[in-house]
Amino acid sequence: MGFPQKSHPRETTVLSKHFGDPDARTLAGWRNRGGYRALEQTLAMEPAAIVQMVKESGLRGRGGAGFPTGVKWSFMKPGDGKPHYLCCNADESEPGTFKDREIMRWTPHALVEGCAIGAYAIGAETAYVYIRGEFTEPLERMTEAVREAYAEGILGRNALGSGKRIDVYVHKGAGAYICGEETALMNSLEGRRGNPRIKPPFPATAGVFGQPTTINNVETLVAVPHIINNGAEWYKAMCLGNAKSTGTKLYSVCGNVRRPGNYEVVMGFPFKEFLYDLCGGPPAGRRFKAIIPGGSSVPIQTIAEAEATVMDYEGFVACGTMLGSGGVICIDDAQCMVKQIARLARFYAHESCAQCTQCREGTAWTTKIMERIEAGQGTAGDLDTLLDIADNMTAKTICVLSDSCAVPVVSGIQKFRDEFEAHIVQHRCPFRPATAAAVAA
Amino acid sequence: MSAPAGGPSAGPRLTALDRAPRADAHERDENYQPVFVNARRKELDELLTRYPTKMAALLPALWIVQEERGWVSEPAMAEVAAVLGLTPAYVKGVVTFYTMYHQHPVGKYFVQVCTTSPCNVCGAEDVVRAFLKQTGASDLGATSPDGRFTVIEVECLGACGFATPVMINNEFLESVSADRVPSIVGALK
Amino acid sequence: MTEGKMISVTIEGRAVQVPEGTSMLEAAKVAGVLIPHYCYHPGLPVAGVCRMCLVEVEKSAKLAPACATSVAEGQVIHVHSDPARVARQGVLEMLLINHPLDCPICDQSGECELQDYTFAEGRKDSRYREAKRFNPVEDFGGDVVYVPNRCILCTRCVRFMEDVAHDPVLNVSERGDRAVIGKFEGQDLTHPWAGNVVELCPVGALLSKDFLNKARSWDLDRSASICPNCTQGCNTALESRDNVVVRMRPRPNEDVNKYFLCDEGRLNYRWLNRRDRVEFPHIRRGDALAPAGWDEAVEAAAAALRGRRVHVVASPSLSNEVLFQLAQVIARLGGTGVFRVRQGPEAPLDGVPGLSLRADRAANVRGAELLGFRRTETPLAGLANGDALLVADEELAGADAASLAAAAATAAAVVVIGTTLPSWAMRAAVMLPIANMAEEEGTFTNVEGRVQRYLQAKAAPGLARPGYAAMGDLLTALGDQTVNVVPSDVFRALAAAHAPFGGMTYEGLGLRGATVSAQAQPAALAAAT
Ligand SMILES: Cc1cc2nc3c(=O)[nH]c(=O)nc-3n(C[C@H](O)[C@H](O)[C@H](O)COP(=O)(O)O)c2cc1C
Ligand code: SF4
Ligand code: SF4
Ligand code: FES
Ligand code: FES
Repeated sequence: MGFPQKSHPRETTVLSKHFGDPDARTLAGWRNRGGYRALEQTLAMEPAAIVQMVKESGLRGRGGAGFPTGVKWSFMKPGDGKPHYLCCNADESEPGTFKDREIMRWTPHALVEGCAIGAYAIGAETAYVYIRGEFTEPLERMTEAVREAYAEGILGRNALGSGKRIDVYVHKGAGAYICGEETALMNSLEGRRGNPRIKPPFPATAGVFGQPTTINNVETLVAVPHIINNGAEWYKAMCLGNAKSTGTKLYSVCGNVRRPGNYEVVMGFPFKEFLYDLCGGPPAGRRFKAIIPGGSSVPIQTIAEAEATVMDYEGFVACGTMLGSGGVICIDDAQCMVKQIARLARFYAHESCAQCTQCREGTAWTTKIMERIEAGQGTAGDLDTLLDIADNMTAKTICVLSDSCAVPVVSGIQKFRDEFEAHIVQHRCPFRPATAAAVAA
Repeated sequence: MSAPAGGPSAGPRLTALDRAPRADAHERDENYQPVFVNARRKELDELLTRYPTKMAALLPALWIVQEERGWVSEPAMAEVAAVLGLTPAYVKGVVTFYTMYHQHPVGKYFVQVCTTSPCNVCGAEDVVRAFLKQTGASDLGATSPDGRFTVIEVECLGACGFATPVMINNEFLESVSADRVPSIVGALK
Repeated sequence: MTEGKMISVTIEGRAVQVPEGTSMLEAAKVAGVLIPHYCYHPGLPVAGVCRMCLVEVEKSAKLAPACATSVAEGQVIHVHSDPARVARQGVLEMLLINHPLDCPICDQSGECELQDYTFAEGRKDSRYREAKRFNPVEDFGGDVVYVPNRCILCTRCVRFMEDVAHDPVLNVSERGDRAVIGKFEGQDLTHPWAGNVVELCPVGALLSKDFLNKARSWDLDRSASICPNCTQGCNTALESRDNVVVRMRPRPNEDVNKYFLCDEGRLNYRWLNRRDRVEFPHIRRGDALAPAGWDEAVEAAAAALRGRRVHVVASPSLSNEVLFQLAQVIARLGGTGVFRVRQGPEAPLDGVPGLSLRADRAANVRGAELLGFRRTETPLAGLANGDALLVADEELAGADAASLAAAAATAAAVVVIGTTLPSWAMRAAVMLPIANMAEEEGTFTNVEGRVQRYLQAKAAPGLARPGYAAMGDLLTALGDQTVNVVPSDVFRALAAAHAPFGGMTYEGLGLRGATVSAQAQPAALAAAT
């Protein structure tokens, strides 16, 4: 539901049904709402059957890449004699994204259950939930839920009396966006700098502690108990057209919008209606200018592009962007695109792990040029330089943080070139009050 | 929704691109006493059972230090290194990677204001300015003369729908607008 | 890597076959193609961070990091195609935006990979108009200073200390463009092998204090040599300018020292430049030693030795060639040859099995043993009344005055060959000045029995001659008819006479060396006691 807003009738609240309901946080409350039935059921199943079911549901990773979850799980070879691990990615740091936070705040047991099922399905006895350090409340809720689950014998050496061991541990991050990248998360968990690793080897071969590992986003894992309870067909049916994108998706809506919050809709929902009907459109007296629909790392859409978009993995791609993490950033016509793109570049410069040359130097250089343009010191050649730097930063580094920094710059210059040029020609930001006054006069 | 941002950018800012300054002599924590004794040692021992390697307890161990001492000084890094069988240089490399470990003492109230784009378009920079004004901290990263407040800008706190989120120590405040700042600061004084 | 399975790839149009698991970068070497790279070093684990080695692979959407990608059957790889070249140019530009461009005052200049590749294919100008990052120079302890503004964060130094030295005292600190190489206050680069980070650093960010501002690299002459400091026999390059050795650096040899050299060895080269050298042969005239010509001096030495048993005290850092000639002197006259080995603390390099600064601080202990010399702590013991004492390049440091006096009194004659004249040697009948190891050619046999050549790096002072030549003349004077004075000939004769060296030649040794036969029995000195 559109937490903190009221649920909108056009939402399909599967994961977010209990947002805002404190009673759902407790183990008793959660059990009253059907909690842990799916775990009980799966512990009696063959792991391969669970993997098959998730495959059939069409569930795809909600962390950003959209990789089919069942397929990812099937990479974990049972009986290889090695310890397997499940890592739950709760580092949620992609600007614009705050859905995992609400899942953990309101339904921590849903995640404990999802982790336990996931661990069992991939042959792991241990699951680590890596939560970003700034998430003080989610950390508290998750720690408490895990404590309750152990106390009730849901977790531990004899999970739910099944004779199977499932441990779930909460691990606290310490301030690094890059630790959301899966291999960086593993390094961080191992007590290292959060540097992404070169692939191959892939995590399913050598992941955390050098052992076969699966990593999944919070939202991905909490969807699993629902698939177990209601069946793959039920999940697959939640789709308004494109069979490759199934189920519900939580979108975090923020920025210049009337009703910011988390909205859960079925795959294939029309973006225009989503933005105006569910989220209430732009603030009074303004118009949407740009939408970044999948967290700050996906290409910026003009509002015209956004209005023509269908909300699923393929639909966003068809309209020149990506579903990403589902963080919808709304930007209205009072905002300076140059300033906001500069601010995003600064974000990436701050977060680059520093391994790759193009990323370490390119993010900072991009930031400096962007801020110089924003301050009215830009020159005619700067845009070409920016595009060329962006090209050097794209598809050449260990992870895609570097590409992510280039994305808003390239799409921004493409779609809002006039704003860039106005800064350069006028030697000032046209959105500053002085200019506004001049326009009014 | 608060007033539009996009006004003149916030005054002087400790840019995220600046390196943290090096420790001065008085920040060397010369009278350091070990953290990992008694209950804290037990806590760490319990943590160690969760991971197949000792090194994996590094981030949790550093959190314990910060909870106890408010910051992670060099002697603390050396202690953590000794306890986990690492070298102090290694530990320092890790500490400096993560932004949440304080390498310097900070004010009693450590105020972190998100200014990344989603919050920025909702007026986050006004919130920062209001905090600087109300706390008397001269600049971002500097501690107020009374030693009570340190204000910094941070990157996305993962609560963008609640712009502007502000963290004061472990307290997470949502939807803070500039006009709420005086009462927030007032309540802390 | 499965043994035996070979993969065929084409790199820059050249087809090669390499074992499965070989990286593209190494496969390119086989094809004779250099793929520019910074963070990759064959002696370190792969990091894949500099992104300089990106190559184009046909039918692949993205450029591949050649250092971190294994070749696959049938791949066609382009190193000099436009996409690869443009990517490298991009990396070079990024590496230079914050660089101080201070090549004129940088020790690395002339041997800097940043300079080389920029010269080869970098942009002619920089588009960077912003302020440059600045970090102060830092003393890393040991022999190393860090100049962060020149650092390209390739992490070679960090990986060496962590994965090879197993002493992680260096780290990457901070992140993003604030990142620098750091260390912990009070913990320095004092590991006995830490100095290797200076060579490993592809740019001028880690510099040797010993070499700081001493020479421009293009003014140096370089000779292949062997470190004479211990029995490990690490391969080196002796670098000299104006007949002065100014630096000793490791020369790669997979079988001995990989790419490394210990700090003690590396910094122990100054003695090669000693100024207190004996430049002329000397013979005794009355109470004093007086300069003489070589013919006269060699004849005087032969006269002093003739008809006597000889007790030879030789330095175990003399070459196989000199020791062989001395062994022939002993064989003609009868007598014995002994040596003493200076000791020091052993210091292994943990990450390279078999590589260690050895406790035996001399280059040719094994060679001396194989040629029949006996190791002893008391080299003057066993000198019999009426014997001649021949001391070869051995200062007898540490021997007490009484025993030296006693020895001189016991000996019927004292002949000294060497580079300097210690005070006890003033009693000698003859002094023959020889070249030190930097001034001659020769071979050492290391602790594992590997015979390795070293080449001449500079000229010997005055009339000093290589020891093998001086001893060759002495042998002639003693009546030997088949004497060799050219080092390759001396070595051939040695190989013919001593079974462990059987079949070896200078040509065959090349610059990598060969190992003595383990089965063959070393010959005893002809008339050993
Ligand atoms: C720079 C970067 C940051 C990322 N941050 C997150 C994150 O905060 N949370 C997340 O779930 N996935 C994040 N991802 C994606 C993960 O690498 C990974 O694809 C995901 O966790 C896999 O889980 P899923 O298959 O369930 O989506 C990030 C990726 C990159 C490259
Ligand atoms: S692209 Fe950036 S964040 Fe990713 S590994 Fe390279 S330097 Fe680190
Ligand atoms: S100091 Fe040299 S070796 Fe070390 S990271 Fe920098 S450039 Fe590389
Ligand atoms: S941008 Fe401020 S919390 Fe995400
Ligand atoms: S040499 Fe391959 S990435 Fe550095």
